[in-house]
Amino acid sequence: MTSESDQLAYIASQAADARVNVEVETNEGMTLNLGPQHPATHGTLRIIAKLDGEKVITAEPIMGYMHRGYEKLTEVRTYPQVTTLINRIDWLGSFANEVPFILAAEQLMEVEAPPRAQWIRTILFELSRIANVCLFLGDMAVQIGATTPVFYAFRDREFVLNQIERVTGGRFHPNFDRIGGLKDDLPKGWIEETRGALKRMEAFCDEMEELVLGNEIFQARTRGIGTIPSDVALAYGLSGANLRASGVDWDIRRDANVGLVYDQVDWKVWTHPDGDSFARFWVRLQETREACKIIDQLLGTIPSGPIMAKVPRIIKVPPGEAYVATENPLGEMGFYVVSKGDLTPFRVKIRSASFSNMSIAPWVLKDVFVPDIISILASLYFILGDIDR
Amino acid sequence: MAEIPEHLLKRAEAAREKAQANQESKSPSSEETTDQTTVAVADESPIEEVDEKAETTLQKIQSGLGEKIISSHIAPNRGLWIRVASKDWRETAQFLKDQLDCSFFDWLSVIDWMPSPYGRELDTEQDIEPETINPEEQPIEWGYTGGQTRFQLICRVYSISLGIGVIVKADLDDQSPRALSLIPIYPGANWHEREAREMFGVTFDEHPDLRNIYLPGDFEGHPLRKDYPLLSRRMKPWPGIVDVEVMPGEEK
Amino acid sequence: MIDLLALSPAWWQETFLIKVPIGLLAVLLPAGTIVYLYLFKAISFMQSRLGPMEAGPYGSLQLLAEVGKWIQKEDIFPSKADKFVFAAAPFVVLMSTFLLVVIIPAGPDALFVDLDAGIYFAMAVSSVSVIGILMAGWSSANKYSLLGGIRAAGQLIAYELPLILAVVGVVIQAGTMNMQGIVLAQAEGEIFGWGGIGNPFILTQFIGFVIFMIAVQAELTQAPFDMPVAESELVTGYLTEYSGIRFLLFFIGEFASAGVFSAIAAVLFFGGWYVPGIDPASQIFNVIGPLILAGKMMIIAFLIFWFRFTFPRFREDQLQRLAWKFLIPLSLANIALTGVLKVAA
Repeated sequence: MTSESDQLAYIASQAADARVNVEVETNEGMTLNLGPQHPATHGTLRIIAKLDGEKVITAEPIMGYMHRGYEKLTEVRTYPQVTTLINRIDWLGSFANEVPFILAAEQLMEVEAPPRAQWIRTILFELSRIANVCLFLGDMAVQIGATTPVFYAFRDREFVLNQIERVTGGRFHPNFDRIGGLKDDLPKGWIEETRGALKRMEAFCDEMEELVLGNEIFQARTRGIGTIPSDVALAYGLSGANLRASGVDWDIRRDANVGLVYDQVDWKVWTHPDGDSFARFWVRLQETREACKIIDQLLGTIPSGPIMAKVPRIIKVPPGEAYVATENPLGEMGFYVVSKGDLTPFRVKIRSASFSNMSIAPWVLKDVFVPDIISILASLYFILGDIDR
Repeated sequence: MAEIPEHLLKRAEAAREKAQANQESKSPSSEETTDQTTVAVADESPIEEVDEKAETTLQKIQSGLGEKIISSHIAPNRGLWIRVASKDWRETAQFLKDQLDCSFFDWLSVIDWMPSPYGRELDTEQDIEPETINPEEQPIEWGYTGGQTRFQLICRVYSISLGIGVIVKADLDDQSPRALSLIPIYPGANWHEREAREMFGVTFDEHPDLRNIYLPGDFEGHPLRKDYPLLSRRMKPWPGIVDVEVMPGEEK
Repeated sequence: MIDLLALSPAWWQETFLIKVPIGLLAVLLPAGTIVYLYLFKAISFMQSRLGPMEAGPYGSLQLLAEVGKWIQKEDIFPSKADKFVFAAAPFVVLMSTFLLVVIIPAGPDALFVDLDAGIYFAMAVSSVSVIGILMAGWSSANKYSLLGGIRAAGQLIAYELPLILAVVGVVIQAGTMNMQGIVLAQAEGEIFGWGGIGNPFILTQFIGFVIFMIAVQAELTQAPFDMPVAESELVTGYLTEYSGIRFLLFFIGEFASAGVFSAIAAVLFFGGWYVPGIDPASQIFNVIGPLILAGKMMIIAFLIFWFRFTFPRFREDQLQRLAWKFLIPLSLANIALTGVLKVAA
């Protein structure tokens, strides 16, 4: 016979899993459950916050509602099939997910994609960065309360997505990268159309800067909120714009580039000395502009040539281990591929950016107000597919 | 259309030749301590690469940790691997953070080196259910820097100032795999260790809160271990490589 | 008006057959128009989309469709909710809106009640809605609603003071609290001796107008002061557990209040039913007065909703700081200035 406290504990755990708002009153304050279904979070993330009035004592994210078991699945997929899987990790930065894995496999096979493929890979990589971060710019405004910019973000993002679709055939899951190159070449007229889309994107960035960044209320809600010093950011593994907004001058594209052609382009890395939510928004806005400039330069210099290196039809990657990380829109995404010479990888460890970005949430959400939870999490910018893989 | 830069043309050529040569032969996996690895195997002109930064870093590590480094491996311009004993796990991390300024904590995980007892060939429609999993039948082969046990703890830290990343491996005991938590040195290891515990069953001592992170609280088993079955293979027969898959109920 | 038609109805006829239906119409018609024009169409155009287009030409019957949808929904009570309080809360909020409509003059004789303490009554009665919101938040047995209700209570009480103090400036300048008297003071007043357009108080009480509009925005819990219904945090705050017809009542209350407060602002600052050029005592104002008032009300309501769609929301403590440390001192200064000028001039 189980005791009553055991029964209650069991019910509480079942109810907690079943997303029922269970009242767990303790002496430490009221427990608020920003449950898995919530307008603020990008997907099914659950945050349990202990409140003292409107102040947060502790806040803790609970995830796993979208865990799809990618690392187990990759053990039974061939390398081209893995590409279709990992497309879905960060579903907003469509093409960017495939790149690190393909580069790791190419490293192991000691194959290098021809220059034309490298160029187009870089262009598509930056386009997916624009598509992803553009949504962030509108979305953070919505979390703060301004309902209008998100519509502009969606509208102007369509142009970029149309361009990605013209090349790859898919807006969200292009599945376009292949070991040794790309699947197909560019369609006719694509370069000119992309230039037009980039112009609209730059106009959008200017609009965002005026509407949102310059707004006093937005600044009052984000300046000084959620400050993360640079040493804490490094110790927790924050990456991407979060790290650069804390003042750390590091960008994988410039410092540890593998396989993409950033050294052929004249571009700049943006950092910001404060580590607050405003800085993160600002850095991402500048990065979007910079991505437009990068693509513009690359579009002018695409070399001619084959689009795919000579690789066998059935791909068997030689034994070895390789880790390649790239500067994805969300941060640093990397794949550690262990191969035993089979058709399928032996083990793939997916280093996803949002997992490390979210791990700082319990630390940064201390002694803030309830509205600040939303603005801080919005500025850290995670995608559930990336956290949960 | 622009001119293709010279160095890229040369590299593309060499890469193409290497790819053709590698189709027949396998490149050797290195288990002994090497400072330099030749990349190409074919008997055409091998490209010798020397990774200066990695070698000086390895020398610094070896002078600092000395006996603790069991083995190491450098893949030029790709990475630096070292292997230590699990009891030296925390000291190694402390050394890397203090002496080499590896302040960026990249990730931490576990590799299960046991070959999968279920068929992994593309033509197996369903995973074979083995009656017993016999470790002697399929010997374990390890990767870079070798190993001795089934589970290996692996973590990567990066130094921004030096621009070098170090991948550290450690063998874990087969019966009760455990290691010291890295949280006092890298607070970001918290979630990575929680995930490693729930997926592989590796315990981390001195971890303040070792709950499940992805799976529900009462989940039994450790999914990423090789002897844990992949349930999707049980549910539906795997069609293998097909061009068009028949719909359920249709006949080809 | 009634004299015009040479009728002399009994008291009960006058109240229930004439005044009550017109009162209902005066509340619901502006609410409906505001909802359609501003909430459906203007916000959509500002967000580069079209809004409802299917129901009726250009979506004009969307409101009918929405009302019909809400009426036929199931009446859901949370099991732990306090039933009576939960059911009564929407009515309390709506009641305060209807009470407000009582003192708005739509013409020299077209009004419901001619109170000598008109605007004082309005300010007193508008605080009743706070009780309704607190009732809704507390009785819903839901932590989100509780947080929303408490935030609302704090916010609404804080912003009542600037509202009242802004009005005091107008009262000083008009010399009376009677709403009809304020309209006539603007109609018959003079600017530096020129009586062409009367003396609309917007010119002299501009600061008061700004404070009044900010306070009204907060009283209506519209962005940038919509913490109580902060959608991205509290789902819908104190409205979370309401569905169907009860939600419809809150919804009507919100937009009717917007219309009513805009009408009060039109009366206080823009001259109400008066347009310059016609003698304020003429009977024609009984016919066109309501239309003029409606026009001015729509313009001011547009301001309210324009700010709603544009600004992000304040955090609760920033909101309170704005009210107590900025708006109240400013309105007190406004009163002092008005008083000095009134005595001096």
